[in-house]
Amino acid sequence: MKIEERGYESRLRSSTLRAVSTAASPAAPGSVQPSRGRSADRRRSLDRFGDGLLRTVCAAAAVTAVGILVLSAYQIIDHASPAISKFGLGFLFSTEWLPNFGIFGAGTLLYGTLVSSFFALLIGAPIAIAIGLYLSLLAPKGVRGVISPMVEMLAAIPSVILGFWGILLLAPFVHKHVEPFLHDTLGFIPLFGPPQTTGASIFTASLILTIMIIPIVASISRDLFLAVPRDVQDGASALGATRWEVVRGIVLPTTSSGVIAASLLGLGRALGEAIAVAQVIGAGEAIKNHSLFETGDTLAARIANQFPGAITGMHKASLYYCAAILLVIGLASNLCAQWIGRRFDYRRAAAR
Amino acid sequence: MNEQPALDPAAPLTPTGNLRRRRAVSRVAESGATLAAALAVGVLGIVVYSVLIHGASALSLDFLLEGAPNGIGPALVGTAEIVAMAAVFAVPLGVLVALYLVEFGSGRLAAPIRTTLDVMNGYPSIIVGVFIYILIVEPTESQSAIAASVALAIIMLPIVARGTEEVLRLVPDSMREASDALGVSRWRSVLTVILPSAVGGIATASILAIARAAGETAPLILISSNNPGISVSLNPFEAVPNMPGTIYRLSEEANPEGFARAWGAGFVLLAFIMAANVFARILLNRSRRKMAG
Repeated sequence: MKIEERGYESRLRSSTLRAVSTAASPAAPGSVQPSRGRSADRRRSLDRFGDGLLRTVCAAAAVTAVGILVLSAYQIIDHASPAISKFGLGFLFSTEWLPNFGIFGAGTLLYGTLVSSFFALLIGAPIAIAIGLYLSLLAPKGVRGVISPMVEMLAAIPSVILGFWGILLLAPFVHKHVEPFLHDTLGFIPLFGPPQTTGASIFTASLILTIMIIPIVASISRDLFLAVPRDVQDGASALGATRWEVVRGIVLPTTSSGVIAASLLGLGRALGEAIAVAQVIGAGEAIKNHSLFETGDTLAARIANQFPGAITGMHKASLYYCAAILLVIGLASNLCAQWIGRRFDYRRAAAR
Repeated sequence: MNEQPALDPAAPLTPTGNLRRRRAVSRVAESGATLAAALAVGVLGIVVYSVLIHGASALSLDFLLEGAPNGIGPALVGTAEIVAMAAVFAVPLGVLVALYLVEFGSGRLAAPIRTTLDVMNGYPSIIVGVFIYILIVEPTESQSAIAASVALAIIMLPIVARGTEEVLRLVPDSMREASDALGVSRWRSVLTVILPSAVGGIATASILAIARAAGETAPLILISSNNPGISVSLNPFEAVPNMPGTIYRLSEEANPEGFARAWGAGFVLLAFIMAANVFARILLNRSRRKMAG
């Protein structure tokens, strides 16, 4: 644990100031007690009450935050239990989703979620890391001050607007130009099958998700690259390394775990995005032949699409089951990112 | 290595052979990085431009004031109501959590809380929606504005808490120590010294959280979606129309007139969010400068 991450009181208790602070506090045994009037007494007890109250209220708020998280996980899994006990783990692989017959399986959704997020990360992470490099090492100061906020602004666009733009403008463009091109050049890979009737597809969803994760990964990696000690880089340059060699040899290796953590955070964002994906992915029901250009669906998008209209208990329970799966995947990627990021912190702290 | 070529003092200082290749690689990498940054700015430009172009034509005073199907007045009012209530829940709670982390928390207790905030920050918003549906909508058997604002508050909480924590850590310890030395009790020094000096940063974090919550759609379509938004309704125990929900509904109907209205609503929402972000950034820079100077 890094020392500056602790609260002031906790630091005070373990610091050299301790002697001073305990001597100053009225309750300290053996300290010289000046004589004082009744009003000072009243103030002192008020202060003690105030201190205790503030500390309790703050602690209660912190516990509330933890409680919300734990309760949400419990409630969702609890409500999913009818579907869990009926379909078991086979739910993850079954690709049949027939609400009218009470048959549910999340195989298609899981496939759509993983594939769309994976491709988003595959396209987005290198671009985002390159942006981070540009902003931290290449850009002149004035330019950085303009482009950095713009990249962060990209993250501020609401997903519903991005999705709406995606379905009206991006999808037709992708359908008319990008998909035929990819099919013609890379068509021997089954992923790049023939274009379908509209641009609503897993591929378009991946592009929208790419736009969403780039600002996250870019701004974290920019901060990581900025923290790489300047003198080490200058030393390498003095030895004749080109800029790219400095990046390859020093910047990327020292920040690699942080960059991986940032990418995992981006992945978590992509996995859980519901609205924008629901708008552009086309709510396909089946995995037909593994082409990216066909419609599909993701866990989050299916919940957003069908939850308001779900009537039967099992339909709802299955959607809760989807939410539970999403929760587990999202939690796993988030905690993984935190764990890797923290290990990175430790190593940096040790190197100091 | 032993056989150094004879040094020719008259040789021109231009790279040759291997160095030329390395330079070329480096230049390609540099232009790749520059291109990536240009791409991100370009995408932002394209999205904002298309919302601007398509939205501006739908915009009029009637559009902003009237109810559905011609305007978005009720949705504007509804979003303002939900987000304001969410801020009332989330900002004090977030500030208190941050205070706990910065002023009171010991290492062992603060770690799980920090982890919680990070997890919450990455929590899929649809999950928050499902949770509040279970917690409030299902037991009360009705969608409600108050449920929606609780969901948005959960989304805002980590943003407020982490932002506040960051700025509270910038408050120099010397101020706390000076306060201690004068015999001021902890709660008084928190309320009269520490919080006032961090108020700019807290405002920044709150504005960013409000901007984020205003555009959040996924929880609302589960919790506050069954009001068509024909007239203004402020009853917190009923569903109220809202901006993101309106855009989503219009975008799902294949109706060109609806699309025009969705662009208009998107324009208003995006303008608000962008303005809030710019404002927050200016505020942050000012309070940073004040604290440093």
